[in-house]
Amino acid sequence: MDSVGSLILYFVVAFAIMVFSVLAVTTRKILRSATFLLFALFATAAVYFMLGYQFLGAVQIAVYAGGIVVLFVFSILLTSQPGDNAKPLASKKRTLGFLGAIAMFVICAWALVDRVAMLVNIPEMEEHTMHKIGEALMGTGHNQYLLPFEAISVLLLACIIGGIVVARKKND
Amino acid sequence: MNFEFEWNSIMFLIPSLFMFCCGVYGFLTRRNMIAILISLELMLNAVDMNFVVFNRFLYPGQLDGMFFTLFAIAIAAAETAIAIAIIINAFRISRDIDVKDLSKMKF
Amino acid sequence: MEATIPVLILAMPLLMFLFLGLFGKFLSPRVSGIIGTAGMGVVLLMCYYTAYVYFFSGSPEFINAEGNRLQAIICNVDWLQFTDNLIIRLGFLLDPISAMMLVVISTISFMVHLYSNGYMRDHHGVYERGFQRFYAFLALFSFSMLGLVVATNIFQMYIFWELVGASSYLLIGFYFTKPSAVAASKKAFIVTRFADLGFLIGILVLSYYTGTFNFTDMTSVPVAGMNDVYAVSAETATGVFNIFQSKAAAGFMGCSVMTWALVLIFMGGMGKSAMMPLHIWLPDAMEGPTPVSALIHAATMVVAGVYLVARLFPLFLVNAEFGGYALDVVTWVGAITAAYAAMVACTQLDIKRVLAFSTISQIAFMMVSLGVSREEFHNLGYMASMFHLFTHAMFKALLFLGAGALIHAVGSNDYTDMHGLRKHMPITHITFLIGCLSIAGIIPFSGFFSKDEILSSCFGNSIFAYVWMSAVAALTAFYMFRLYFLIFWWKEHKVHEGHHAPKDQPWTMTLPLIILAVVATLCGLIPFGNYVTWDGHPYDFMAHFNWTIAGISLAVAVIAILVAARMYKTENPLPAKMRQAMPRLWDWCRNRFYFDELYMFITHKIIFDKICRPIAWFDRHIIDGTMDGLATITNKASYAIRGLQSGNTQNYVWVYLIGALALGGVTVAVIFLFC
Repeated sequence: MDSVGSLILYFVVAFAIMVFSVLAVTTRKILRSATFLLFALFATAAVYFMLGYQFLGAVQIAVYAGGIVVLFVFSILLTSQPGDNAKPLASKKRTLGFLGAIAMFVICAWALVDRVAMLVNIPEMEEHTMHKIGEALMGTGHNQYLLPFEAISVLLLACIIGGIVVARKKND
Repeated sequence: MNFEFEWNSIMFLIPSLFMFCCGVYGFLTRRNMIAILISLELMLNAVDMNFVVFNRFLYPGQLDGMFFTLFAIAIAAAETAIAIAIIINAFRISRDIDVKDLSKMKF
Repeated sequence: MEATIPVLILAMPLLMFLFLGLFGKFLSPRVSGIIGTAGMGVVLLMCYYTAYVYFFSGSPEFINAEGNRLQAIICNVDWLQFTDNLIIRLGFLLDPISAMMLVVISTISFMVHLYSNGYMRDHHGVYERGFQRFYAFLALFSFSMLGLVVATNIFQMYIFWELVGASSYLLIGFYFTKPSAVAASKKAFIVTRFADLGFLIGILVLSYYTGTFNFTDMTSVPVAGMNDVYAVSAETATGVFNIFQSKAAAGFMGCSVMTWALVLIFMGGMGKSAMMPLHIWLPDAMEGPTPVSALIHAATMVVAGVYLVARLFPLFLVNAEFGGYALDVVTWVGAITAAYAAMVACTQLDIKRVLAFSTISQIAFMMVSLGVSREEFHNLGYMASMFHLFTHAMFKALLFLGAGALIHAVGSNDYTDMHGLRKHMPITHITFLIGCLSIAGIIPFSGFFSKDEILSSCFGNSIFAYVWMSAVAALTAFYMFRLYFLIFWWKEHKVHEGHHAPKDQPWTMTLPLIILAVVATLCGLIPFGNYVTWDGHPYDFMAHFNWTIAGISLAVAVIAILVAARMYKTENPLPAKMRQAMPRLWDWCRNRFYFDELYMFITHKIIFDKICRPIAWFDRHIIDGTMDGLATITNKASYAIRGLQSGNTQNYVWVYLIGALALGGVTVAVIFLFC
């Protein structure tokens, strides 16, 4: 974990996160924007792998990158013509948004550096096996998550139905 | 070459913060609804990452942060599905998905 | 007497009104006319029966052992009870004058109902629009007027007083598409309403001091169980006087409270009876259909003022005996109005206007008669006034209905379009002549007797009053025969080409004329004093008949008629000469002494311009301005902050972000400064 390779990998991943995030919100082609989002999500999945949460990284890739981004792409293809460019933003608005984001970054970064930087020395962590994760997900005891799991599943069901109802063509 | 260094949580939190700020910027400035939604996903993803990082650094023996992220991903999926359904519907009505133009239902 | 028939007398016209008003449009005009007339016929019979029972049954309820007629309360229902003492009752009071008024009202009303069947159609027999409505309103008026005369208390009288005002308003404005009719109805309503303000204040003052609304309590000892007369006895008179003296000895502006109360009440009577200066509505009220003029504005409603004074006459008398001026006010107003109206009537073109001013003049006669009535002369004036009310109702209704027939035949109100109609309309001619003779006071027509009694009582009061009223009587004869000759003689009637010559109207219109002509001829022979006197005690007028006064008034009337005949029987330049001889007077009379202009000046130039307009300005700019300002500020502020609730998520995020940044900034600052 603390080899030079890890460090290089880290820099690549961090760089990718930042670059693709910026590109995702600045490009004027909406389909590219979705693509950059996909890359940013992949980079995040890489962070999860680096931190040792292989299952989470897999979910991230499968659900987020695989599912949600595909949804985005579909909707983009449904709602815009190929070659459509977003209209250039009013520079005043862009400047304001940029200043807001910078200000936020500065304040939060200062808070992180000042207050959270003591969290060093990554502790050892035994590997989370699928067995453990499965038990935690399906158990009802302490630190076990059956109830949220069920709630989420109901929510998803509702979303499926709702999505169909909202988006379908009216018969008449 | 013996290269020693300590992993610091800052190293993960700063990219995450940067991602979040990009999301904020996008959310504030974009006009295409899908682009806004993409910005939203960026912010959500940044938050997910924070959960995982803090879980890893503070309580490596437990899975709370991980499960939060897991559920957040599921909810993000649900939310995206609904949002996109609405966007498609709005597009069908007005042939446009610019948020400025979607004020018909306001008054 | 059983209460059934008296109650039915009131209920029947009311039901008729509701029935015709609500369901009239489902009936054909013909049917509703027949229903209305038949219903009124039933009321007529019931009224005759009631009057017959009252005057002739000899029941101890109505006449005591000495032959004095009594007031009888047939029924009296508590209607509104506010406190133990303040109760408003609705009831049915029978006494000589109310019984007489029942006869008058029902007779004239029935005649008018019958007559309107013919009048409210055009020459082809097509019924006028709103024919059913017309009958409904007639029924409403009959109900109100009957309720007014039988009122047992002054508040009931006031209620029905307003109801007759309202039905008069409705009927004057019957042709509501005609602007002049609408204006006239408004004018009538506003003027009489204004007078009723005085009436109401008078009622309140009077009731406050006497502690009762009831006529029987106010004007007499209690009826039941007493064999006294109903009018004020000596003790009651003193009692009433003491009430007013003890509570308000000082009075107000030099007059006692009782005088004020009675004068204010008389003001209501002035409004309804068109006494000067509140007479201006009556000539304009002729915009209504002619049968309405005959019923309301000649025979019944306009004498309500006279009836009111007669009803409270004992109080007026007490007031006069204790030195109050109320009766003098009545006399003076009556005398001036009589002369004024008679002069104006000599110059009017419109035959209905002539009759309207004649009505004003004749009612003023009744007022004068009441005003000069004193106990020394057995209160002859009271009896004369009621007698004249009775006969005047008959012959004036006859004249109006005759005028209606003329107008219907010729299609115009002006005598200039008539001239020489005697050959074309013989029945109308004869009946109209009878009416004129009657009002002029030629023996043996009814007007002779009643007018002679009025003049006798004036003579008893003062020689001045006698001469004045005789002069007015001469003017009366003159202007009536001027009208008669100008309508029926003057020159041959010119029939326009393509028009039919005017002819007598159908039987529904001529029959009432004939009946009323017969009544107007004969009713003077009724020994009225045996039935109606102020104290219920029979008074044989013929035994006291003053042949000198009768002879003089007869001679005056005949001379006036001869003058009128000389001037107007055939076409000649004499009227024009007379007009040129007195141009100023003629102009003033023709323009009714500019009373309308005076009112217009007062209301528009003074009240509206000088008082109302500044107030309106204040209201519009200061009060409304303040309110508008508040509304504008609210509106502007709402517009200003409307952006906050735009529904635009990006704006919300902006606000949220700024808030979060500010919070973060503060936190950072605090940490830098204090840690």
